Amino acid sequence: MKHLFALLLLAGALPAAAQIDPVLLRRVPRDTSRLQLNMDAVYNRPFAQPGRLPVALGGYVEANYQYAATDGVSEGHQFQMRRLTLFISSSIAQRIKFLTEIEFEDGTKEISLEFASVDFEFSPLLNVRGGVVMNPIGAFNQNHDGPKWEFVDRPVAATQLLPATWSNVGAGLYGKKFGETWVVAYEAYLTNGFDDQIISNAENRTFLPASKRNPDRFEESFNGVPLLTTKAALRHRRVGEVGLSYMGGIYNKFEDDGLRLDSRRGVQVWALDLATTVPGSRTAVTGEWAWVRVNIPEAYSPQYGRHQAGGFVDVVQPVLRGTQLGFAKAVLNAALRLEYVDWNRDRFAETGGRIGEEALCVVPAVSWRPTAQTVIRLNYRRQWDRDFLGNPPARTAAVQLGFSSYF
Amino acid sequence: MRLHTYVTGPGLRRSAVAAAALGFMLASCELIFPAAPADDAVLDGPVAGLTPEQHAQFLRGDVAFNDEVFTSRTGLGPVFVAASCGSCHAGDGKGHPSTTLTRFGQVDSTGNLFLARGGPQLQHRALPGFQPEQLPAGVAHSRFTPPANTGLGFLDAVPDQTLLALADPQDADGDGISGRPNWIQAPGYVTERPVTRTRGGRHLGRFGKKAAAYDLLHQTATAYNQDMGIVSSYEARDAHSGQLADPEVSNQTVLDVVAYLKLLKTPVQREPRHPDVLAGQQLFLRIGCGKCHTPELTTGASPVAALAHQTVRPYTDLLLHDMGPGLNDGYTEGTAAPAEWRTPALWGLGLSPNSQGGSYFLLHDGRARSFEEAIRQHGGEGQASRQQFEGLSAEQQRQLVRFLQSL
Repeated sequence: MKHLFALLLLAGALPAAAQIDPVLLRRVPRDTSRLQLNMDAVYNRPFAQPGRLPVALGGYVEANYQYAATDGVSEGHQFQMRRLTLFISSSIAQRIKFLTEIEFEDGTKEISLEFASVDFEFSPLLNVRGGVVMNPIGAFNQNHDGPKWEFVDRPVAATQLLPATWSNVGAGLYGKKFGETWVVAYEAYLTNGFDDQIISNAENRTFLPASKRNPDRFEESFNGVPLLTTKAALRHRRVGEVGLSYMGGIYNKFEDDGLRLDSRRGVQVWALDLATTVPGSRTAVTGEWAWVRVNIPEAYSPQYGRHQAGGFVDVVQPVLRGTQLGFAKAVLNAALRLEYVDWNRDRFAETGGRIGEEALCVVPAVSWRPTAQTVIRLNYRRQWDRDFLGNPPARTAAVQLGFSSYF
Repeated sequence: MRLHTYVTGPGLRRSAVAAAALGFMLASCELIFPAAPADDAVLDGPVAGLTPEQHAQFLRGDVAFNDEVFTSRTGLGPVFVAASCGSCHAGDGKGHPSTTLTRFGQVDSTGNLFLARGGPQLQHRALPGFQPEQLPAGVAHSRFTPPANTGLGFLDAVPDQTLLALADPQDADGDGISGRPNWIQAPGYVTERPVTRTRGGRHLGRFGKKAAAYDLLHQTATAYNQDMGIVSSYEARDAHSGQLADPEVSNQTVLDVVAYLKLLKTPVQREPRHPDVLAGQQLFLRIGCGKCHTPELTTGASPVAALAHQTVRPYTDLLLHDMGPGLNDGYTEGTAAPAEWRTPALWGLGLSPNSQGGSYFLLHDGRARSFEEAIRQHGGEGQASRQQFEGLSAEQQRQLVRFLQSL
């Protein structure tokens, strides 16, 4: 039986080996000559290029096991295929390039075009990007690839307060100025924007990610008013990176067929992101905090907050480097994520009391990177969710074990 | 096992420690995952002894009641009070001032004179672009705090004759308590109880602050319609336009919610044998509170075996009592007088802060912020008990309150 199994494996491996010709498939070298920013994440990925084709391919996959329980009630053991993402990039000409990112989430439950843009470089300070762009709000939205993070879940503040991954059709400019030890960069895009689902959704809270459910947003603006997203970032070789971003626009359909339906109602988001590595200990600290303000009709449900805020901080400490289990450059990390989101920072008109609708999470983690492009993660999530009225929180705990890897 | 080939010395020790820690974690599930709250600490959960079919319907109703949020796309409004059932009844407990209803327009048994002007309920919230209802100037009105939902199936199963036996409309026994039923016009869609009693074609109401709802279907269909602006085949007129409209919720969903409410367990008393609780209970009965807040009721026949012929302790007689001028808002429903209120069940009262944002909001409109304050606002038929309460020593008052907190 054992021999039969070995033969089957061999039979399967032979044709597979025949298909992978290392001469035909070469890795595209990363640009390590200059400082990289969060905004570079979209191109700062491993790609493989078949032969002399002008197209490079890449992607990542992540899956995990999870056991979670809320106040003693569990859905049992879950195996989850979080996402499979494919990248295709192409150098169309010397200073014209194209990249697309297609993501399959939860199997094929959600298939989305997260990025599909053509970039024209006129100078390092002036690049034009058009197509489906990732709005540069905060850092995570652009730098969200699973293999880069030590945690199975994406940050709550990035996905449930901000709408990562948040992509829209539009165009804009970006550029960088390099110094000897620093780089400063900017981005500014006009895109299609949000719709009224941010204050009309099944979450019963102001929820920016609800606009991602609009299937028409890559084809038609909900109200004809562009969403402006801008970001400025500064990175110093020794200190780290700081980014400040803004996103604002109108979310409601205030007129239709020339008829007035409502006043123009705005949504504004500010975000601050930081990333640094402590010299000596090599402790990596990454954080992001966002503030959201939404113009909500006076007579609307108070469950939909006018002010929101939240963020996260990740601390990752390498504890073991070197050859581990046969991998020459493996790293074992200990990590901790703290996250907090307040979806409704308003007060009750009736009592003056503070509205709840908040979540606090603590996620200690151990991650092992056999290579820089692959991570195996063991997370323990503890989460407290407080409802709108501020009642005693629902307590959730989860153990997650999974992997994420570029391919 | 070739682990030693790759990991030696400190690395091996660290791996062993990590493995031991993991083993400890997995073995200590009670520490890792939050335990379910004690049965006496929460109001939700099904009645014991249900069939699998009843459990399935309970779960469907639970989802519809607690998770389904209506939006403009699914029929909310256009004027409304809340977007979901769960918004007003967090954890199936009492509501908060932010979800308090305003009822208006009826001052006596001749009916509501403001039905054409939005009565009997004010929908003070509106979808964007719509105007919420305004309370007509000078109209009689009252504010109703949402009640707890627990044990409603048992109250529904108490035979009419039991309530009529408790009634003493002429105060024949001369004890100052003269409970009487609210005889209401039951809608055609309700199913009469096996032995129903009527008077002049009117039915005995038992749910709601004024006992103006015949059964849980009546209460639920009305709440969908007037609280959320959701039209059903049961309440087929849109609350805003007054016109017949297509159903926005299925009959099955309404019936599932009715089943959920019917099958919610009774609250479990905490520390029933504590000396203070026992002493408080004796005082409660001695000063006459139990004459309206009848400790025990026994259900009759019911299609749900678990609800049939059960003795429960809700501390209500489901009858109307004159509560004096202090609690007379001038508004009423059915044949109740404006000063008359249906005796609220006291079971689950001690858990109210868990659903009211950490505070007590007692009496029909939440005006009382403590048990003592609520008792001191009892007038009319409750005045004698209130005076006796005020005559108790501080220690006895504390014991009585302790008893109420245990419920």
